[in-house]
Amino acid sequence: MIDASGLSVTFKNNGHAIKAVRDVSFNVAEGESFGIVGESGSGKSTILKAIAGLILADQPAIKIAGREMGLKRNRQDRRLMQFVFQDPYGSLHPRHTVDDILREPLLIHGIDDVQEKVSTALADVGLQPLHRYRYPHQLSGGQRQRVAIARALILKPKILLLDEPTSALDVSIQAEILNLIARLRSSYKLTIILVSHDLGVVAHLCKRVAIMQNGALVEILNVEDLRRGITKEKYSAELLAASVGYSRPNAPNIGPLQI
Amino acid sequence: MSNILEVEDLNVVFPSHSGETLAVRNAGFTLGRERLGIVGESGSGKSTTARALLGLISPPGIVRAKAMRFKGQNLLGLQDREWQTLRGRHISMVMQDPKYSLNPVMKVGLQVQETYLLHHNASNAEAKRRALAMLEAVKIRDPDLVFHLYPHQLSGGMGQRVMIAMMLIAEPELLIADEPTSALDVTVQNEVLRILDDLVTDRGMGLIFISHNLTIVSSFCDRVLVMYGGKIVEECKADELYLAKHPYTQALLKAVPTVDHPVSELSVVTRDPEWLR
Repeated sequence: MIDASGLSVTFKNNGHAIKAVRDVSFNVAEGESFGIVGESGSGKSTILKAIAGLILADQPAIKIAGREMGLKRNRQDRRLMQFVFQDPYGSLHPRHTVDDILREPLLIHGIDDVQEKVSTALADVGLQPLHRYRYPHQLSGGQRQRVAIARALILKPKILLLDEPTSALDVSIQAEILNLIARLRSSYKLTIILVSHDLGVVAHLCKRVAIMQNGALVEILNVEDLRRGITKEKYSAELLAASVGYSRPNAPNIGPLQI
Repeated sequence: MSNILEVEDLNVVFPSHSGETLAVRNAGFTLGRERLGIVGESGSGKSTTARALLGLISPPGIVRAKAMRFKGQNLLGLQDREWQTLRGRHISMVMQDPKYSLNPVMKVGLQVQETYLLHHNASNAEAKRRALAMLEAVKIRDPDLVFHLYPHQLSGGMGQRVMIAMMLIAEPELLIADEPTSALDVTVQNEVLRILDDLVTDRGMGLIFISHNLTIVSSFCDRVLVMYGGKIVEECKADELYLAKHPYTQALLKAVPTVDHPVSELSVVTRDPEWLR
């Protein structure tokens, strides 16, 4: 469904060139959930944005459903893939009601049956009809993320791009949203790319996981290998060890403490 | 007993036109020279508890308690001036995000130095020497260079180490760390935890470690308090957290997706009003 071969992204800033993504290749099959993990600045979100055409790659390197994609996406491409962002507070218009927010994509793409589609979308993500005419500030963080997911799914996309969808939420709310994504994935037959810094979240939803460091793809692991701790690269092992919690012998010690 | 801190029946109340909001309800705990973790979700009262210990609840908020003692000294009804001699010098706090808690227009070294001058009768040269030594102590490789940097020139992990240096230069007996690693990457997280760990083991400092991350708290602390809706619902040894008895703690533990225990569906926390009785 999604083929990236030799994807690179360079940001130019006052004559400085920063290679945010270096020659990354992977493919995601139809209906598969693919995870990308890495620390801040590793380029994981940049890959997602380059696929969505929100950031321009250095040269065209993405194929979607067998079609070569240019650097930018046209309206049809955008209908095919939708994005859910990290921050449910920042990604909804503060002066638009939930109804306005969900209507907008339908209006842009000239789709009929707006009333009915909006109420189905709300029900799909587990919101009540009474939430329809509320403003984002009247909703909790979890409810806002549900609205963002409803907005993404209202166009019935084939691909859902998720950028840290639960990292701003409490654990109990995170569990609800992850369950929701898993349920919608099967009812909408979605292909998913999930970006997260949390290995637990990625392992929960995805079958294959790409590990990124400094803009480069370190390796792609099967989730079974990840669970058993079988990694080829040292960095993946470090990341895995750090995610299971603190242990004194494992923690990097840079020398004795002198006070 | 060598308890640094004793708290009995702590209540923090915020009155409003629609009645009183109880942010902390009847919290009681003691702290020795150990790592005490406080976990809970947003709004559970963990940060408010910490702020009450530092006298940082500002009006209209009200702090009531049967007892709140720091090394035998009564903390209730202290005047601002008396708080100032305690705060920073004896009890200090590391906040979540170094980006927002450092002064953006002052060199970080000077900020560390300032703390020392505030609490000690020392010359500038002596304070600078101390600040450099302190930066070195928190594993900053080139303290002479970092001393002259501004906060925006530091990475998150480095910024958090500067914060810790600033808090520790006055040699407090009690350090409150409020989500000190939440803004950091996992690998950097462990570096910062290691520094805090060394401080408790080597210097016998008391540490209150506030976090929403159950994995970190259970692996890092000695003892854990679990807060829900302002109440301490459970207290247990950190390495026995997974044996927790309270239904809230159990539900919270089950809601965390982990790498090594796959589940087809995560369990969701169903809240029982009884928990707040």
